[in-house]
Amino acid sequence: MIFRIIKKLELKELFDVMAENRIIGPVQKGTSHEGKPLYAFEPVLDFNDLKLDYTTTTRPAKRYFLPSHETLCTFSIHENGWDKSVDFNIREPHVFFGMHACDINALDKLDKVLLESNFPTPYYAAKRKNMFIIGVECNPQPFCFCRSMGTDSASHGFDMFLTDLGDRYFVEVQSAAAFNFLKNIKTREPEEKDHTRYMKVIAEKNRKFTTAVDTTDLAKILDMEFQSDVWKYWGDKCLSCGTCASVCPTCYCYGVEEAVDIDLKGAKKKKHLYSCNLIDFAEVAGGHNFRPESHSRLKYRYYHKHRGFMEEFEESLCVGCGRCSEACLAKITVPEVIASVRSGVKPKGRPGRHGK
Amino acid sequence: MPVESYLGVPLHRPKVAFFEFTACEGCQLQILNNEATLLDFLSLVDVVTFREAMSERSDDFEIAFVEGSITRADEVKRLKDIRKKAKVLVAMGSCACFGGVNQLKNRFNDPKWVKEQVYGKFPVESEEARPLEDIVTVDLKIYGCPIKKEEVEKIVTNLVLGKSVNHPKYPVCMECMANENICLYKLGEPCLGPVTRAGCDAWCPGSRFGCWGCRGPADAANVDQIISIMEEHNFSADTIIDRLECFGGFKAFAEELKKKTAKSKTKKKRAGK
Ligand code: SF4
Ligand code: SF4
Ligand code: SF4
Ligand code: SF4
Ligand code: SF4
Repeated sequence: MIFRIIKKLELKELFDVMAENRIIGPVQKGTSHEGKPLYAFEPVLDFNDLKLDYTTTTRPAKRYFLPSHETLCTFSIHENGWDKSVDFNIREPHVFFGMHACDINALDKLDKVLLESNFPTPYYAAKRKNMFIIGVECNPQPFCFCRSMGTDSASHGFDMFLTDLGDRYFVEVQSAAAFNFLKNIKTREPEEKDHTRYMKVIAEKNRKFTTAVDTTDLAKILDMEFQSDVWKYWGDKCLSCGTCASVCPTCYCYGVEEAVDIDLKGAKKKKHLYSCNLIDFAEVAGGHNFRPESHSRLKYRYYHKHRGFMEEFEESLCVGCGRCSEACLAKITVPEVIASVRSGVKPKGRPGRHGK
Repeated sequence: MPVESYLGVPLHRPKVAFFEFTACEGCQLQILNNEATLLDFLSLVDVVTFREAMSERSDDFEIAFVEGSITRADEVKRLKDIRKKAKVLVAMGSCACFGGVNQLKNRFNDPKWVKEQVYGKFPVESEEARPLEDIVTVDLKIYGCPIKKEEVEKIVTNLVLGKSVNHPKYPVCMECMANENICLYKLGEPCLGPVTRAGCDAWCPGSRFGCWGCRGPADAANVDQIISIMEEHNFSADTIIDRLECFGGFKAFAEELKKKTAKSKTKKKRAGK
């Protein structure tokens, strides 16, 4: 690992050097009715729009490598058959400028399934191979529990990582590409005082975590509590809307649909991301639905995240970013669900109603 | 040129007819609106009756697309007659599926009074607005106010090719999130997206308007829950009822809520509040 120090003012230089490519970074997209800024990963043209001190983005950067809708192939149909053409839909490399550790870890988890498994998906691989990632140290929010998931820092999966030391950035350099980009701007070797300052900043960050999830033996406990009543409690609240999966940086489930053009001369095979909370997620040909009840779907969401993935990869599929909890209108939050499964005690309030 | 075959297999061009009852004809207009694909549409099917677009008409049809709700005795008769002739009867748009905006007048419980308010002394027959299903069997529904032309085209293409027609079972939120919209609840607006059937590509939230539920309930609509969520966001009972009853798809829930609200109001009165 190579460490460098760059002055705050130099960061714009770095941005300009990278700007030959399409830069995606956190920008403010709106303001909530409570006056809180709402951030999103968007293409950034002007350095001043880049909000590196952002809280979190309401949506992950997923759409750039796992878009919600994607045409997998097109067919041109003629009298005696058809021709198929496949496009991995990669137009240009992307520079992600300012990803938090949770989102970098999320990419590493997606890689395990979509790149490193027996059946890698070329649509994802093509995009994944064409990205350059600049991480940035975050600012823990009340809903973040990445620390419990071991995803509060990233040890790989980025090209360079920035930590704000006040008037300068501490830079971890992990790829040759990053090293070469940095040659274009002024940097220096870190000194002892930089190391001391770095450790102080990280300690300060760690003090800001207020939410924790007890993951001890979680996979085992989920198995034991399969029949627990608390699932029903959460199921009654759940809207089966799929928003939690839409905002989750690690959810990758999808459905495929084939559609014939209205002139009957062409057809498309289209993929769209799905969610295990949707009513027909476990519906099979013939119409049988293995999970007709909302509580069983919600339960399996937790089982995939915290048990199934654990068995397969020895890690959870949740990075603790808290986006699903923030987005869920029914206020179903990961820390509360897991705590209730552990204790067997339903949160107080009318079942199916919002009484907290 | 009509398409005669698909992948070497001869195609049957079904005879289709369009009918309207009490409605704004906006749904039919949607079909005509799509100039880029209108010719393709017309070459797939053989339109024998379409008052909006042509003057000839015929009683010999296989698929009847019916727009509008039913508000008069003669409409009942005409609809039954269409049902007899059609192999497939398609309810097109919110009015046909749920009564639509028209059924809002049913809320007054006094059709005579409504008629007087709207038409004065003018002699008009107008009863409660009812969805087609109240009178005849409906084979297929195309949701929306208005319907979405892309969806109709997809449905018609599938009908002609003998493929199954599947509506999304999930709610509008899925499409809204796919389009990267900011959720309206975060902006302090109510929205029925979490309980309304998708298929419109989150038309309203895409323009920063909350969903009014024109496509009716999704397959797993947890309406009780969205009501309490709206209450929690401090939207008044009237606001919630207005939304639920606007297009008729959530009629039962609107009525239940009205009863509940009325009860709690009398209770409050009695308690001298
Ligand atoms: S948990 Fe929340 S976000 Fe997820 S499907 Fe249920 S209601 Fe929607
Ligand atoms: S499950 Fe929720 S907290 Fe976990 S990674 Fe997904 S969105 Fe983040
Ligand atoms: S099963 Fe559910 S939780 Fe797991 S990846 Fe799919 S949508 Fe996400
Ligand atoms: S704006 Fe409406 S449709 Fe969109 S996510 Fe929010 S509740 Fe769902
Ligand atoms: S967002 Fe709601 S009201 Fe608007 S078109 Fe879609 S279903 Fe209808």
